[in-house]
Amino acid sequence: MMQNLTVSPPPHVRARTTSNLIMLAVILSLLPATGWGVYAFGWRTLAVVLISIASALFSECLGCRMLKKQPGSSAAVTGLLLALCLPPSVPLWVPAVGSAFAIFAGKIAFGGTGNNLFNPALVGRAFLMLSWPALIAPPTWPVPLEATSSATPLNLWKHQHATSSLSSMFWGFRPGCIGEISAFALLLGGAALLILRLIDWRIPASYLGTVALLTWLLGEPVLFHLLAGGLLLGAFFMATDYVTTPITKKGRLIFGVGAGCLLVLIRKFGSLPEGVTYSILIMNAFSPLIERFTKPRVYGTK
Amino acid sequence: MPRFRGGVHPKERKLTASKPIEKARLPEKVVIPLRQHVGAPCEPLVKVGDVVKTGQKIGDSPAKVSAPVHASISGTVSGISSELSPSGEFITCITITSDGKDERVELPPLSPDAPKEALLERIREAGVVGMGGAGFPTHVKLNPPKPVHTLLVNGVECEPYITSDHRLMLEFPQEIAEGTKIAARILGVRRVIVAVEDNKPDAAEKMGEVMRGFAEVKLLKTRYPRGDERHLIRSVLGVEVPAGGLPFDVGVVVQNVATLKAISDALKGRTLVERVVTVTGDVAQPKNLMVRVGTLFSDLLQQCGGATKGPAKLIAGGPMMGVALSGDAPVAKTTGNVLVMGEVKEEPESPCIRCGRCLEVCPMGLMPTLLAKLVRAGRYEDCLSGNILSCDECGCCAYICPSRIPLVHLMREGKLKASALVKR
Repeated sequence: MMQNLTVSPPPHVRARTTSNLIMLAVILSLLPATGWGVYAFGWRTLAVVLISIASALFSECLGCRMLKKQPGSSAAVTGLLLALCLPPSVPLWVPAVGSAFAIFAGKIAFGGTGNNLFNPALVGRAFLMLSWPALIAPPTWPVPLEATSSATPLNLWKHQHATSSLSSMFWGFRPGCIGEISAFALLLGGAALLILRLIDWRIPASYLGTVALLTWLLGEPVLFHLLAGGLLLGAFFMATDYVTTPITKKGRLIFGVGAGCLLVLIRKFGSLPEGVTYSILIMNAFSPLIERFTKPRVYGTK
Repeated sequence: MPRFRGGVHPKERKLTASKPIEKARLPEKVVIPLRQHVGAPCEPLVKVGDVVKTGQKIGDSPAKVSAPVHASISGTVSGISSELSPSGEFITCITITSDGKDERVELPPLSPDAPKEALLERIREAGVVGMGGAGFPTHVKLNPPKPVHTLLVNGVECEPYITSDHRLMLEFPQEIAEGTKIAARILGVRRVIVAVEDNKPDAAEKMGEVMRGFAEVKLLKTRYPRGDERHLIRSVLGVEVPAGGLPFDVGVVVQNVATLKAISDALKGRTLVERVVTVTGDVAQPKNLMVRVGTLFSDLLQQCGGATKGPAKLIAGGPMMGVALSGDAPVAKTTGNVLVMGEVKEEPESPCIRCGRCLEVCPMGLMPTLLAKLVRAGRYEDCLSGNILSCDECGCCAYICPSRIPLVHLMREGKLKASALVKR
């Protein structure tokens, strides 16, 4: 009766959530925003999304073979996120090149999943922005569900000080990147991740809170800034990336505050209209330092 | 005021909560480890061929921190050999073959009003050790080097599956109350608090009835590992035991309910030869059994109708901290639970995604994933400055880890290597 017993260290039960499940949940939570983007801008955007994901997965497999590691499902998230922060008009080779760069330079170069310092999707976007600025930040953008085009709300604000309708920004009828136009869809997915406790509320709360506070202090339209650009996409889905943000609770608050400050500085004083990408990437660089100074207090110590 | 933080709440699966304690059948043979406690192992006082009676002392040690062991059945000593013990180690054990008569020897009864020294000596002589799992000799724990003000009675039983303390509180409340009074008297404390988790309201009520007038009962929210001494003290009293210290440093002594019953039995003359064991998991009839120390797990399984599938894993203790055994082993004084798992799910490890769940659940406030990386890199000095020695191995980090990193295993390795550095 007592044969072939498994001997392993405790615990002998495990929680159900696995890394793959988390990645699946993140992808599902991005579906409302993705779906709306595809619906609003037409079927060609679906090709952008799929090519981006395929390129990320292919690069992950290739890169992991080089590293002699198991490829992971997080590459799909990277590919999807990169596609969501691209304009709907990009040529189809752009997501392919961007995702490959995101995975290789953003992740494989650091030793694969878990070791990267910077959010891979944003590394990909920053690379595309620097290399082909006219493709990533064109002067005019298609308007959702219309055959017309116009500048993005942030561009209009920056150059003409014109605000856009808040309700069109909330529901998703303003021009912008594929996945960033509908605040409603993003909040839906973000809320799901918060309720399932898959992301820490501290990061979106401190990021968005800081942006709200600073724009208010600077006399800028607060709600406009919260809904404009890729802030909600960044706050719920990119600044909350586990690997590249501090692992400590206090550290996550500091991360969000820092990213919020940088975002407002860039939007208000920088030459770029939008600052989500760089605010998060710069704070990624500080994550290890923040972590070092926010270690939790150990039981029985001062 | 510091409060209990972190922890996890696995499925409770208290299959046997409503099953009264049954007397296990008298075993045909028992295997009694000479060390069932923290401290020095006992030397055998008998040799092969000797005839022994139930309750007779068969092993003892002159060491200060140790406790004697007793024959749990009457019969003949048939072997003294190294055997697998429920701690997972091989320990010298005395095997006794039953004569079927169960003839007892008892110590003369001792009044609870006897002098403190006599009470402590009796508790030692009866072989009483912490029955919650740690097995610290009770006579040492009840004689702290500093004065204490509070006795905490531990009826928390926070591990999933286990119900032995729960049933004990329901069915032997008087004995627990007696033991509590004796322990409180020895310690000279005025404040006695009984802590029970809120998944056992009936036990809390029972404790309240029998302890009325000298102890208050605190109902705590069910959360693992609240039953751990340090976390219980923080939960109930809002103080923390200093790192590297012991509960008496903050004026507290914690005693498990089963230990308190054993103290009461000791004064009546009965040495510690039986305890309640929950036999649970994938067995046909999960049960709470009153079991003689030294009874083999296979014997208990048979009395519970055998495994329904497998068994793939046999665990001494609960699923969070229990020891998976490679084969049959005997019940020790500290074995409150035998868990049978019919199948084992193989889950490969994947890279750490730094989700931070292990930090969130660590009740000690450690950073398990960072410590694990340091252990793997062989950086034991850094492990020390990361307070690795504070790790209790409660298993919350490994339980919650979505990448299935064997964190407890790595912590153990790190603690071993890091404490070697300290000693050097």
